[in-house]
Amino acid sequence: MNDAQDKRRGWSWWYLLFIVQYVAVLWPPFYNSIDPTWMGIPFFYWYQMLWVLISAAFTALVYFATRA
Amino acid sequence: MQGVNWVALSIFAVLFAFISWLGFAAARWRRGDLNLLHEWGLGGRRFGTMITWFLVGGDLYTAYTFIAVPALAFGAGALAFFAVPYTIVIYPILFLVFPRLWYVCHKHGYITAGDFVKGRFGNRWLALAITVTGIVATMPYIALQLVGIQVVIGALGISGTGFMADLPLLIAFAVLAAFTYSSGLRAPASIAVVKDILIYITAFAAVIVIPAQLGGFGKIFAAVPAQNVVLAVPGANTTGAYSAYATLALGSALALFLYPHSLTAILSASSGRAIRRNAAMLPGYTFMLGLLALIGFFAIAANVGKLPEYAAGFKQFGNNFAVPALLLHSFPSWFVGVAFAAIGIGALVPAAIMSIAAANLYTRNIHREFINKNPTDKQESQIAKWVSLIVKVGALAFILFVPTTYAIQLQLLGGIWIIQTLPSVMLGAYTRWFNAWALLIGWAAGTVAGTAMAVAAQLKPTYPLAFAGHTFPGYSAFYTLVLNLLLAVLLTPLFNAVGARRGVVDETLASDYHA
Repeated sequence: MNDAQDKRRGWSWWYLLFIVQYVAVLWPPFYNSIDPTWMGIPFFYWYQMLWVLISAAFTALVYFATRA
Repeated sequence: MQGVNWVALSIFAVLFAFISWLGFAAARWRRGDLNLLHEWGLGGRRFGTMITWFLVGGDLYTAYTFIAVPALAFGAGALAFFAVPYTIVIYPILFLVFPRLWYVCHKHGYITAGDFVKGRFGNRWLALAITVTGIVATMPYIALQLVGIQVVIGALGISGTGFMADLPLLIAFAVLAAFTYSSGLRAPASIAVVKDILIYITAFAAVIVIPAQLGGFGKIFAAVPAQNVVLAVPGANTTGAYSAYATLALGSALALFLYPHSLTAILSASSGRAIRRNAAMLPGYTFMLGLLALIGFFAIAANVGKLPEYAAGFKQFGNNFAVPALLLHSFPSWFVGVAFAAIGIGALVPAAIMSIAAANLYTRNIHREFINKNPTDKQESQIAKWVSLIVKVGALAFILFVPTTYAIQLQLLGGIWIIQTLPSVMLGAYTRWFNAWALLIGWAAGTVAGTAMAVAAQLKPTYPLAFAGHTFPGYSAFYTLVLNLLLAVLLTPLFNAVGARRGVVDETLASDYHA
């Protein structure tokens, strides 16, 4: 295997999706509020639970995109 | 405490007996020669995507997690929810770093992080530091699992004095030790399937039934003290709860897969691809953990902390009794039996994997490296089996004779210690650039500074770092990891310049790190 191939295996632009989820959940000012509530659940909680689902979808997307 | 709950106890005992049988029967599952260490200690690296999902899930989301996270929500509110971002950000790390480690470990027959570091950096002392850190960080973690069992046994109404009080724990422990000895990693892998199904049933039942009983989520959150519903907004000149929350999540995430038991579960997968798939599937557990954290709020709304029938339990176990009390309060006895069995079995799975991981480390990186350099395969696996027993006896003695708070504090310190192996293990999966001695000094400095920070903060996880007139409260493990990395980067050219690298061979090749 030559170096160029090795580099291509090492990096994919799809990995940027991981950075999006890191920023979304590691910056509390984005979500530290009660409103808007959903079914009586404060934003703080349902926002982070929603990101569990989004992050799983992102990871699946990256998996299929980089599977080659 | 109220009398024995016979219905719940019977269900609990039946489920417990079933998984005990399963643990022994597992020796014949995907049969391999259990006299080989990689068969006993890694299940022959034969677990596909689904079994890996159950095994890693059962390993990382432990009984103690299910007790302690809601307990923290019950006591401290929103801060407890850091477990959710924590278990979101671990999966990109799993996806990117660990398939590389899997491939190189598979190629070279590595079973532990110590094996990998020794092969990669050719320095037995660095490998020893990684190994000792792994074992020391794991011991209190096993002890905490036994605390999880203790809490549910207490909640079943079994109490007594002296030896009788500890008898159920001793029985559970003896069963655990025996099936781990005889079946190795196959035992927790098979039991994890049962445990996780029970945990999912319990979590979803609790989240559907209890809010209905309590009149909906609006009422539940109204019962939570207002200052606990969201994080406190930081004042002037400090990043307050925000930086504490974010660094706790990120630091815990970076530490998690460095624990020996995480690596053991990951290395037992049958392919790097199975690990990648799991990075997308394991958030299923995170979602459940988030639901379980909310159970801490249910317990506030149900007012179980004030009910006289649970007073003795809270007195004995503190806030850790919140979940058992709520389950007792909200469900019929038979379902309480199912839920408690889920928690009790949930303690056995990680405890088994942890003791196996510690045994692998001792056998490969201490015994084989420093005591008997050429054991036969059979001797090697025999040593590991015995060490897995010794480790568990140690954890049991700890729980029986030392106050529980010590186990909790040591587990906190364990997180600070284990994260110091990150540069060698995780960055080592990508680069050989670092000098082994620089890594060793970084590790030592991080370990000492982290311990000092934790002690200065009265054994709380967060330390108020003061810098340029501002205060940045944050997870000590995270801050000291930065120190560790800085030292490793700065000292590497220095050590290389004085020739400290001469004659050191990296036995791995770039092509060993992928399919």
